[in-house]
Amino acid sequence: MSVQTHEAPTSARSSPTVTPPGSAPAPGNDGARRRGALPYVLLLPALVATAVFLGWPLVMNGMLSFQNLNMTQLIQHVTEWTGTDNYSRTLGSEDFWRVTLRSILFTVVNVVVIMVGGTLTGLLLARLGPRMRLLLSAGLVLAWAMPVIAATTVYQWLFAQRFGVVNWLLDAAGLHSMADYNWTGGQLSTFFVISLLIVWTSVPFVAVNLYAATTTIPRELYEAAALDGAGAWQGFRTVTLPFLRPFLLVTTFLEVIWIFKAFPHIFAVNEGGPDRLTETLPVYAFVEGVGNQHYGTGAAISVLTILILLALMAYYLRIALKQEEDEQ
Amino acid sequence: MKGPQLGRLRGRLWPNAAALVLFAGFVFPVYWMFSTALKPNSQIISEEPVWFPSSPTFEHFATAVRAEHFWTLVRNSVTVTLLAVGLALLIALFSAFALARMRFRGRKGVILTFMIAQMAPWEVMVIAIYMTVRDADMLNSLVPLTLFYTVMVLPLTILTLRGYVAAVPKELEESAMVDGCGRTQAFRKVIFPLLAPGLMATSLFGFITAWNEFPMVLILNKDAEAQTLPLWLSRFQTAFGDDWGATMAAASLFALPILVLFLYLQRKAVGGLTAGAVKG
Repeated sequence: MSVQTHEAPTSARSSPTVTPPGSAPAPGNDGARRRGALPYVLLLPALVATAVFLGWPLVMNGMLSFQNLNMTQLIQHVTEWTGTDNYSRTLGSEDFWRVTLRSILFTVVNVVVIMVGGTLTGLLLARLGPRMRLLLSAGLVLAWAMPVIAATTVYQWLFAQRFGVVNWLLDAAGLHSMADYNWTGGQLSTFFVISLLIVWTSVPFVAVNLYAATTTIPRELYEAAALDGAGAWQGFRTVTLPFLRPFLLVTTFLEVIWIFKAFPHIFAVNEGGPDRLTETLPVYAFVEGVGNQHYGTGAAISVLTILILLALMAYYLRIALKQEEDEQ
Repeated sequence: MKGPQLGRLRGRLWPNAAALVLFAGFVFPVYWMFSTALKPNSQIISEEPVWFPSSPTFEHFATAVRAEHFWTLVRNSVTVTLLAVGLALLIALFSAFALARMRFRGRKGVILTFMIAQMAPWEVMVIAIYMTVRDADMLNSLVPLTLFYTVMVLPLTILTLRGYVAAVPKELEESAMVDGCGRTQAFRKVIFPLLAPGLMATSLFGFITAWNEFPMVLILNKDAEAQTLPLWLSRFQTAFGDDWGATMAAASLFALPILVLFLYLQRKAVGGLTAGAVKG
């Protein structure tokens, strides 16, 4: 996971690279042409690596989506072009639209909970005394750092039907019907476990970064607001919220992208089950393509998923780039 | 008289109470992992949960470590992670230097490319990656994993390092060059040592990404000896027939390096940042 999207703009701000190429202190008699080529030479390895290992699979993904590629073709290494068959089949299937709708719902619910929970936790961090703040931060960092697959395993244990601590707690709280509840047996309950897991790992990122952002709000703004007779709530609305708006906007979009393409959380908890009822688009593409060995169809689903993600990313990048320009 | 005082007390009380509840909620799963791993089976399989491992045992860790191929998979994970992060740092250093220190045509476009690449939906591209690797006849090899992980962490590494390179005062480099250093030498002797904390901080997220990666190894390396730890762990519970003690021990073993690294490097990273800020 990346905090760096926030770091990148910050660092750009701290680097007023003012020196135009001509005024660089010429080391020796390097020709202008050589100096002109240097940045491209330095960038070459990274660009080539990205083109080969990211660009090519993307192209390949597009090509596969126009092929009839099942078990037989895979084993015999034959390429059968089928035009847009995979797309018309996918777009015409009820399953695809149901999964798409489910992915959107899943993303919206999780992002709302994460953003509200993260914001409240971040604001709480700002209100706490130094010792309590350190304690809560430590807890947040611990959850944040927990590797995904370790976390999925722990959640399976927490929610285990027999001897799971959650069922025991619910039973002890008087909900005796939950004593032997099978959490991964139903669609909603499985989604509940997955969502709790995702929220648990994602809230720390929002909270810690939001707290960091609040520390940059100038105190005078609150004093001025207080002089104008603003109460705590009004101070929050007129000072804190406008100040945090760019951060909240960027973070919300990042979370949308991350949750929409979340794979290990869902797959490791119940492999999209029960009865494929918790498959979101990335899991659906995987199960169709790899599990059911309709690689062409799987590729078409993944192309469609990538298109949705690209639209989200374009919107995100527009906001992020605008913010970076504003800061410079 | 009593009303406002009580209100103020409550105003001080509820944030702390909320913080304690949240702390417990965020820490409990991690605590439960470690404590279950340390409990004897009788305390794990009990109708009433045992909150503290009162008679800790390492037998579950022994079971996990003795699992077939465990040490091979540890070696695989460590190799792939270290190589990917190392390679990415090396490649990124050149790019970060160009992006932070030089003005050239297409600079904005390159930055944008890396910003997009950073969000690449690798999880959704596994089918195409599988076909590519299969056509190259390299399934069940660590080489493709290493290379893909390198490119996976590369954009983030470049974008972060760019900030750290930019934070090194240009004057230092210039005065080194006035003193007769070449550009390469100035970089090696002046910038690189100053970048060390930045390199550590940057590598943290690379480590986490590569160590945790799951979808790609799931499809590429099916052979038992070619897997990495995340794949092994995701199947551990099934393979060991609901042996939760051993499963939690395996999860602890897998999580511990990252938790330690995170706590250690995060402080380092923050320290590096503040040191830079004070100096500026």
